[in-house]
Amino acid sequence: MTKPNTRIATHESKTVTLLFIGVALSYLLLFLGLPLFAVFYGALSKGWELYWTALQEPDAWSAIKLTFIAAGIAVPCNLVFGIAASWAIAKFEFKGKSLLITLIDLPFAVSPVVSGLVYVLLFGAQGWFGPWLQAHDVKLIFAVPGIVLATIFVTFPFIARELIPLMQSQGKEEEEAAVSLGASGWQTFSRVTLPNIKWGLLYGVILCNARAMGEFGAVSVVSGHIRGMTNTMPLHVEILYNEYNFVAAFAVASLLALLAVVTLMLKSLVEWQAKKSGEPLHHGA
Amino acid sequence: MASFRAHSVLPGFNLALGFTLLYLSLIVLVPLSALFFKTATLGWVGFYEVATGDRVLAALKVTFLTSLAAAVINAIFGLLVAWVLVRYRFPGKRIVDALVDLPFALPTAVAGITLATLYAPHGWIGQYFAAHDIKVAYTPLGIVVALTFIGLPFVVRTVQPVLEDVEAGVEEAAASLGAGRWDVFRRVIFPAIYPALLTGFSLAFARAIGEYGSVIFIAGNMPYISEIAPLLIVAKLEQYDYAGATAIAVIMLLISFVLLLGINALQWWTSQRGAR
Repeated sequence: MTKPNTRIATHESKTVTLLFIGVALSYLLLFLGLPLFAVFYGALSKGWELYWTALQEPDAWSAIKLTFIAAGIAVPCNLVFGIAASWAIAKFEFKGKSLLITLIDLPFAVSPVVSGLVYVLLFGAQGWFGPWLQAHDVKLIFAVPGIVLATIFVTFPFIARELIPLMQSQGKEEEEAAVSLGASGWQTFSRVTLPNIKWGLLYGVILCNARAMGEFGAVSVVSGHIRGMTNTMPLHVEILYNEYNFVAAFAVASLLALLAVVTLMLKSLVEWQAKKSGEPLHHGA
Repeated sequence: MASFRAHSVLPGFNLALGFTLLYLSLIVLVPLSALFFKTATLGWVGFYEVATGDRVLAALKVTFLTSLAAAVINAIFGLLVAWVLVRYRFPGKRIVDALVDLPFALPTAVAGITLATLYAPHGWIGQYFAAHDIKVAYTPLGIVVALTFIGLPFVVRTVQPVLEDVEAGVEEAAASLGAGRWDVFRRVIFPAIYPALLTGFSLAFARAIGEYGSVIFIAGNMPYISEIAPLLIVAKLEQYDYAGATAIAVIMLLISFVLLLGINALQWWTSQRGAR
């Protein structure tokens, strides 16, 4: 009959439980729920018609297109890097490995504004390669390539840091067995490694894509804010907001908020699938 | 084979590591080194003059204090949220759990304009503060609000898994030895989750130091009062003061490095305790 006694001591009283849940949920509602609702409310506050008109603006369209282009280049680049880095780090032993892992995390420690600044210093008019680029009529800064580069920089670690701990925890016995049975390197990777890491890979891609499409600070520094040319969706939101065109600003923002909601849903789905298939993910915060 | 790596039957090491190092150098290391070379053109005296300028010091102070305040708020409420999500059952818990990551998924500019609208004097939340003559948006308080939003998931997500691993048996043992609920928390649970809590706090703090997008809309950006260091970098860039902008960037980078080292040490400490 010790059960009821331990329950009193290992669980809080009903009042405290309700109080904790109440305070925690109020906090989340105030800081997460209300802002999310306010985005859509702001977008639709003057009716659907104005909402659609705002989204059909040519400048809005070109911002949407550029956002997809930047993410469409940055995510595959960082995917290839993430696979190469995790293969080298997880499947082999070499000196300087922990330094390499720290360096891969570096872009997360850098302010987005500084991430943009470094490319201005390299490729801007006064930068290292500035005169050479100008002589050859190539424009990287205040142009699309600079935006893509800045996006690659800020999303650099996402996929690698998801895959490295995952592949490390799986070891290399399965791959060694495949190779010793005569499989080629590519066969080993595509038939043994890839099925083992597919959920982690997908998880990394989802997070990487969300950040790539939503990045503001880094892209803002290299963009030059040329309407219809070098504005991504987040930058377009800023311009509209600063012009006091709130409905249009929130209309474009609502698309980004929708992207965030879809990202969260896919993320939960992948976590759930990974758990079900016995391949639990490693969460980096 | 070269002695710097152990022998392995698996193929692709040279290709994988070669590509990794090349890509890392081109995208991250060379661009970051440009920062230090550019600062070197200022010389030590020039760097010191920029770094100790009134406006720069004020911006660094605002950045540091608001980030600290937001990280403290997130440590307290993050612990509570993690506790509630791990220990209690309530309807809609899975949705709430997923929603915690919203600040990671929502673009910072969207968060910025939304929070600025909500906390403006006539906004849904700001009006209640305005009734008591408190201004939130366009003051340092507004910066704290934005930084609290973007740092919210860190503490929850670092504490949550550790809290799940605290064994019920330990708590029961403590309780059966006569410890009250508060004693069990203070002496058994808290020591177990303390390193994770500190890690989450540091991550939220580090993220807040560099944050730009969500802050600039709500901050008001008054020099000396509500101007953050990343914004000052942008302001200097717009005046084509590249060396000045770079000097501030280097200061911020050094702060980030120190924080990154601290966080790595904390995580190592956490894993050591877990392995015990």
